[in-house]
Formats: sequence, C-alpha cells, structure tokens
Amino acid sequence: MKTFNEPDENVGRFYVRLLVAALFVLFGCILLALRLYSLQVKSYARYHKLAEDNRISMLPIVPQRGNIVDRNGVVLARDFFAYNLEITRSDPDSMEKTINDLSEFIAIGPKDRQRFYNFLRDNKRLDSAPIRTRLSDEEVARFMGQRYRFVGVDVKEGWFRNYPNGALGSHLIGYINRINADDVKKVEERGESHNYHGSIYIGKSGVESTYEADLHGITGREHVENTAGGKVVRSLKTDPATQGNDIELSIDFELQKVAETAFGERRGALVAIDPTNGEVLALVSMPTFDLNLFVGGISGQDWNMLNENGVPANKQNKPLLNRAVASSYPPGSTFKPFMALAGLNGGKRTLTQKINDPGGFPFGGHYFKDIKKGGHGPVDMYRSIVVSCNTYYYMLANDLGIDGIARFISQFGLGSLTGIDIPDEKEGVLPSAAWKRRYFAKGGPAAQKWYAGETISVGVGQGYNAYTPLQMALATATIANDGKRMRPRVLRAVIDSQGQRQEPPPELINEVSGNPEYMAAVRRAMDDVTRFGTAARTFANAPYRSGGKTGTAQVVKGQQYDKNNERLRDHSWYIAYAPSEQPKIALAVMVENGGFGSVSAAPIARQVFDAYLLEKRTDEPAPEDTGAEDEEGDDPPSNMVYPDFEEGI
Amino acid sequence: MNRRGRFHITRLFSALVRPLDPHLMAILAALLLCSVVLIASAAPDRFDAQIMYISLSLLGMWIVAIIPTRRLLSLAPIFYVIGVALLIAVDMFGTISKGAKRWLEISPFPRMQPSEIMKIVMPLTLAWFFQKREHFISWKEFQFAVLLLVGPAYLIAKQPDLGTTILVCSSGFFVIFFAGLWWRLIIPVALAALTAILAFSFYGGELCQPDVKWPGLHDYQKERICTLRDPDRDPRGKGFHTIQSTIAIGSGGFTGKGWKQGTQTHLSFLPEQHTDFVFAVLSEEFGLIGVLTLLGLYMALLARGFMIAASASTLGGKLLAASMTMVFFTYLFVNIGMVSGILPVVGVPLPFISYGGTAVVSLCLGVGILMGIRRDKQER
Repeated sequence: MKTFNEPDENVGRFYVRLLVAALFVLFGCILLALRLYSLQVKSYARYHKLAEDNRISMLPIVPQRGNIVDRNGVVLARDFFAYNLEITRSDPDSMEKTINDLSEFIAIGPKDRQRFYNFLRDNKRLDSAPIRTRLSDEEVARFMGQRYRFVGVDVKEGWFRNYPNGALGSHLIGYINRINADDVKKVEERGESHNYHGSIYIGKSGVESTYEADLHGITGREHVENTAGGKVVRSLKTDPATQGNDIELSIDFELQKVAETAFGERRGALVAIDPTNGEVLALVSMPTFDLNLFVGGISGQDWNMLNENGVPANKQNKPLLNRAVASSYPPGSTFKPFMALAGLNGGKRTLTQKINDPGGFPFGGHYFKDIKKGGHGPVDMYRSIVVSCNTYYYMLANDLGIDGIARFISQFGLGSLTGIDIPDEKEGVLPSAAWKRRYFAKGGPAAQKWYAGETISVGVGQGYNAYTPLQMALATATIANDGKRMRPRVLRAVIDSQGQRQEPPPELINEVSGNPEYMAAVRRAMDDVTRFGTAARTFANAPYRSGGKTGTAQVVKGQQYDKNNERLRDHSWYIAYAPSEQPKIALAVMVENGGFGSVSAAPIARQVFDAYLLEKRTDEPAPEDTGAEDEEGDDPPSNMVYPDFEEGI
Repeated sequence: MNRRGRFHITRLFSALVRPLDPHLMAILAALLLCSVVLIASAAPDRFDAQIMYISLSLLGMWIVAIIPTRRLLSLAPIFYVIGVALLIAVDMFGTISKGAKRWLEISPFPRMQPSEIMKIVMPLTLAWFFQKREHFISWKEFQFAVLLLVGPAYLIAKQPDLGTTILVCSSGFFVIFFAGLWWRLIIPVALAALTAILAFSFYGGELCQPDVKWPGLHDYQKERICTLRDPDRDPRGKGFHTIQSTIAIGSGGFTGKGWKQGTQTHLSFLPEQHTDFVFAVLSEEFGLIGVLTLLGLYMALLARGFMIAASASTLGGKLLAASMTMVFFTYLFVNIGMVSGILPVVGVPLPFISYGGTAVVSLCLGVGILMGIRRDKQER
C-alpha cells in the first residue's frame, strides 16, 4: 500500500493534486462565466423584457360616463367628479375601529357602514371599499389633517352618477349599479373585458343599460412602476381615458313631467310616440322611484323598500316594474278600432252595414251583454266606435274567427316585441289557436283547443288579450301614420366626445295591408269619439282636434268592478292621437284600477296633448271625470250630418 | 516629531503590517470594497453594520495571521472538541428559526451559530491530524479522518442546514484529498456523482413526483432540487427565488443598469438580496463587466492561495492552505451557481461580499490562516 511516508515523493504528489485542484477551479470558473455570458448577453432581450414586465403594471383610469339628455338638451343623467374615503381591506375588528375613529370627525351613518361591508363582501377582487362617497371639500380637508393617524385609509377621486330629476322618468333613464357576476359574463360576451378593468358600475336598467356600450367610454391606462408586492412607486406614462358618448333621447322631458304629474298617486303607464318616425316622446310608468338611491350602491334598507319586502302581494305597488314595456294588460275597448279594420279589410263588414244591437249577443248558451241596457239598436262601424258598442264586436269576432283576428291585428305589432331600445320588453298575448296550443302545451287536448266561445270576448279586448302600453301606443301611432308602423325608439342621437352626432334613421317595421279608405274611416270615427263619443266630456273645448278610444278592462275575467276592493276595479285605458289633421303625437294611457277609460285615462291624455300641442303646462294631477260613470258616450246629436260612405268599397 | 519618534512609528507600523501578505491583502481589500458598494445599494440600512463586521473581521484576520501556524494546528483538537460540544448543545437546546435549529443562545454570550465555526475548525483539525501522522499515512488514517468529519457533518445536517453541511464536508474532503487519498477511490465516486446528475436532469420528472421520498433529504430540500430542474413548477413559491434572480442577472446585460438602479433589486423582486442573493444585485447593476471583474478577483485570490499552499513549509500548512483555498472556491461556485440557476438553492453566502457577521468573520479568519502559513515560511 502506498503511503505518504517518503517526503520527496509526497511533495511531488501534493503538487500534482494541487494542479488538479487548480484545473478544477479553472473549469468551474469558466463554467460560471459561460452561464453568466449566456444569461446576460445571449438571453439579454428576454430577461430585459421579463424585468420590465415585473416592474411595470397598468392601472386603469375609469372614464367619465356619458350624459343622458332629452331632445331639448335637458340633462337627465350626468357624471360629476368627487372624492371618496376608502378603507383598505383588513381584519373586521381593525376596520370597525378605523370606522369608529373616522366617524368622530366625518359623518358616517349606519347606511354607509352597511354599504361598506356589502361592498367588501360583493367585490372580493377589490382590496378597498368606500366608507363615504362624495365627501365635501371641508370633509376632505378635515381628513387630510388627521391622515397620519389612519394607515390604509385614503381619499380617492372618482366619477359619480347624478340624476338631477330624481324620480322623474326613472324607468326610462334607468340606473347604474355595481357590476355583478352576470354583468361580467355579458361584458365578456361583448369582448369588452379589458375596458372594464377598474369600472365598478354598469348600467342596469333603462337607457343606462341599453346604451351601456356608448355611455361607458374607453378606460385609460396609467403605466406605473411597482414593487413585487404591488405597491406603486411612480408613474411612467398615462394614456388618458376617453369619456363616454352622450345619449340624446327623443323624449321631451317637459312632456314627461306633465304626464307623470297627471298621474298623481295613481298606478299606470303612458307612452307617447311621434307617429311619423317612431320617436318616443314620453314613457311613463307609475309609481316611480328616486334613481339617486342607486348611486354608490343602494343600501339594503332602500332595496327592501323598493322591492316591497314584507308587503302583501295584493297591496304591492311594484315601483321598479316598468309598466310601459314590461307589463301587459287586456286592452278593453281600445281594441275595437283594430277589430273594425280587421272586419272591413277581411270583407266581413262594410262601412255602412248596420247590425242590430238588442243589448247583447247569445252564443253557445251564454249571453254576452252590452253595457247599455236594451242595446244601441242599429249600429254601423262608425257608431260602434263612437259609442263603443260591444254587441257589434261580439258578432264581428264570431264572423272573423280567432285566427282571422290574430292574422290581421298582428300587423299592428300587438303581441310581439316592438324592438324598442328599453330593456325587459314583454311580448304580451295576441291570442290565436296556435298560441293556445303553445301556451297550454302541458295541459291536455281539451285545454289546448280553442273554443269558438272564447273568440267572442276577444272581440272587445278581453279574454286572453294582453298588451303592453307601448304596444297599444305603437298600434295607435300606426293608425295615425296611415298604417306605416315605425320602430319605436328613445334614442335620437349619440354624441361622441368630439361633438360628432350620429342619428339613427327612422325605421319602417311594416305597413299594414288594407284599403286606406278604411283606415281613414276608422280615424274619422275615433276623431268623433272626442266630439260626441265616450271622450267628448274630457276633450270639450279643446282647440285642436284629436282622435281617441276609451277602454275599460276587467282585472279578473268576467268579474265586474267591486267598490269594496280597489284592486279589482277595472283598468282604465285611453288611446289617442293629435292633431287629427296631421298627427304629431300618438299615445296610450293605462291607469291600473282606474275604472272607466273616460274617467281616469282620458283626462291624462288631455293634459299631455295640451302640453305638447299648446305648450300649456298643468302642474296638477289630471282630475277624474267622475261624471263619466258610463262606458258609453252620448249618441251623436240628432242634427249631426252622418258621414256618407260609398257602398262597396 | 523628531527622527527617533518617526523611527519608532515606522517600526511599529512594519511590525503590524509584516504578518499581512500584500497580495492577499490587496485582493481582499478589493473584494470587501465590492461588498461595501453592493450592500450600500442592496441594503443601505445595513451598511454601517457591514462596515463594523468588516473591521472586526480584519482584526480577527490579523490576529490569526500573527499566530504561528503550528501553534494554531496544535490548538485544533481543543477547537474541535469545543465545536462538537456546541453542536450537540444546539441539538439539545438550540433555538428554532425558519424551521431549522441552528442557533445557540446562552447568556451572556451573543447568539451564535456553531456550525459556522466548524467550517474553519474541520480543515484545521484534519490538517493537524495528518501532520501528526505525516510519515504513517495509510488506510487507517483516512478511515479515522473520515470519522472525524462525519460526526459534526451529521449534527449539522440534522439541524438541518444543507449549505453548511456541504461546506464542512467539502473542507474536510479537500484535506483528505490533498493528503493523498487514492485516485482509485476518488474517480469512481466522481463518475457516480456525474452519472447521478446526468440521470437526474433526464429522468428527474419522475423522481420529483410528490409521493416519491428521497432517502436522507428533507422534503423541502428535495423541492429545491426539483425546482432547479424546472423553476416553473412553482413560479410563485419555491421557484420564485430562482426565476427572479435569473431575471435580475439576465436583465443586467453587458454593462448593467447602474449602481442603485437595479429594478429587480429595488422593487423587492429579489429575495435575500443583501445576503445569499447579493450576486444578483451585482449582475443587475454592473452587468457582465462587473461579474467578470468579481470572478477575476476570486481567481486571483484562489491563485494566491494555491501559491501559498505550494510553497508552505510543512505538510499541515500545505494541507490547510490548499483546503482553505478550495473552501473559498466551493463557496463562490455554489453561491453563483445557485443564484444563476444551475445549482439548487442552498444557503451559502457569496464569500466576502454577502452581508452578515459570521460569514465575513469566518472567511477572513480563513484568509488570516493563509497569511499565517505564508509568514511561517518567510520567517523560517
């Protein structure tokens, strides 16, 4: 065995090992140098980019939301700049303590606290939440003086929505609220996720929702240098946000106010349309609610109040429901002009053909009664509208058959979506045999079959009939516009941040087929409703001529109004257009449980027409015309020259 | 001041300076300057502390340098016994920090880490042993040397402290190697190790499955090695250190981002940037130029170490000098390898640069030993 015991040999051996070690060291150093060369020179570009990505991040700059204005420039919704007091998320005890300390010199109410905790709960992705929104300058100054005491509390600036008119036009304008999971999905579908980084609010209803894409604006980007922990060190570059487009509505807000005022405390809806182009002039749903409740997140208390939690169903007023587009009602006698057109154009009646009204119509063992005891006697089409004769339409409905009615009347858009630019529109029901099969698909064949007896009450706007006030207004506008049905729209123009206007052109949906003479004849009859007919008292002394038709719709099928239960009282309808010579406005008014059309609905229409045509504003609710306790109008005066119609047209 | 006074001062000065090897001193000064510059950037609040540690280290170095090597060697067994006793004490009463039991707190002594002492004591003891048995080195001596090495190494590995274990083991191994351990033993082991490394880089995926246990290593040590193979395995967790330090090095480029301009350094992307990862700071702020300068300084230090070993007059001095030099190399290779992502993350500081009292002191003591060996030869 070799050993280390020969000194000279040992030394020689040691030098060899030293040399090996030195070579090993040299090899190691070269290896390191190569590795570093490869990192720092060959892959420099890649690592440079990684380091830049590390240190630079983008912070969103939320854009100012566009304004909503009416056709005359009246501001309905606007953004303003204000300061929020925000608290960074931490453990509940220390947040509570912070809030208590803050409330010593800044007003923080229980609502603010609740909203703060709700916000934190609902927005897990955000690490701070506003405890107070819209601080006054004085409050900001007071906080700044105490700021050193509050770690994790900061004043942040931001845009706030404001609805200067409060509860006026609330269903139409809509509100914004915090983005929820559904909204996130919708935004993703639109491919706009990148534009909503930093956005907290989104349009939830009304125009705020329909034109969200226009109103939102383009989010800006601030490039900042940040630490590994995400703390911002300094700002590098800013791409400013582009403010949202302004939305100019076709609404005449003065008219909207008059209409809402006219309703008073009553529930109901009104839609007024310019028949020539489909522009919606007023869209009312009563009762309303204050849009500003939603700004900065609605409090639980307010939300419960608006949803009427705890209120029995038969006492609910449903203020959030947009009755004008999202609720349908049987139209009652306002259906008759459309029935008359169906009968004339379907060849089942002529203009002068008279039927005899003995006071009702027997069918299938049931006697369908007219309102007027003993009947109207001989009634032609003109008189059937003016005095609102039921028997005429019982018979006509029977002659036309349900599918004949549905086929013709569908041309007015009843029972189908109008395509208005307001969300949550409902279709309503234009009954037909096919509809009943579909609707009772789960029932047996007996439930699905259409019975001829069911057709009779459809003729007077009862039965399965159900239409939204918007559909009735549009159908009326179609009559007023000689059968041309224009797409109803509340948008008049989109105005971008440069002031460029974009106006959508009026859109013709369809033209009702049939003889124009018949349309003219029905209009003449409707014109005389306001002179001699069911609405004559309401429109007495009007300096313009208008056409209209009253309607009274039973709330519960076959049940007449019960004085003891207000909620069972009939719905009051009035459809109208004015001026008769060349209609500029067509509308439908519906007053829930308002009784006869001439009692509640027609006086509201009168105030709206007066305001629109005469600029005569009334700041009072429209009076109930209690004198008109009868569905029928007076018969035309005996000295009236009966319109002459040529036979056989 | 008169001539006589000046004469006295000159004599005093030369007496103070004589033990110091001017070459080593110059290289060390340059390295410590690098340290000061980098700590000023990476951790300005620790700058003063580092200056203090450096002063203390230089004092320690000077004291060791004036002690004759044979005296130092003769004290080795005592140091060894104390060292082992302290390691056992750590095992029994040590303080746990970051999941490892490494520290000993016995008042009134300052908090200390006995394993650090073993980095110096181990080569000293083995060199003393081989010097004592200079003419009888054979199989039995190597067996005994290995025994001396394994005991403390086991205690340190148990703490656990992989970095120090590696350094202590390698320091002992270097002494045994230079004492003449047979090539026929070394070469197969080296080949086996090489094969293992290659095999791991090809088949590591299966070995890194979570349910595979590695004998003798803790799970976190296994994770570190597996993370090295594939840093993206856990980019936010264990791979984060390696990924971020590699980015820091790579983004430094040729000339670096400038002193105190490193974005990875100053925006807290680097972990332990003033201690184990200080090399990344150098690479980021001074680029390839700075890195190669540092490597050059290290190579000069190692070359000087080998020269001292070659010219040492006794076997103990030769073994001590050669193994000390190799320990310096092990430090720098493991550290730079780890920071640049070719070795797993083990807690080994960058020699003479990283912030921290114990490491700087023990390394400077090592330099002091080299200087002592150099002086021994001069004085003989």
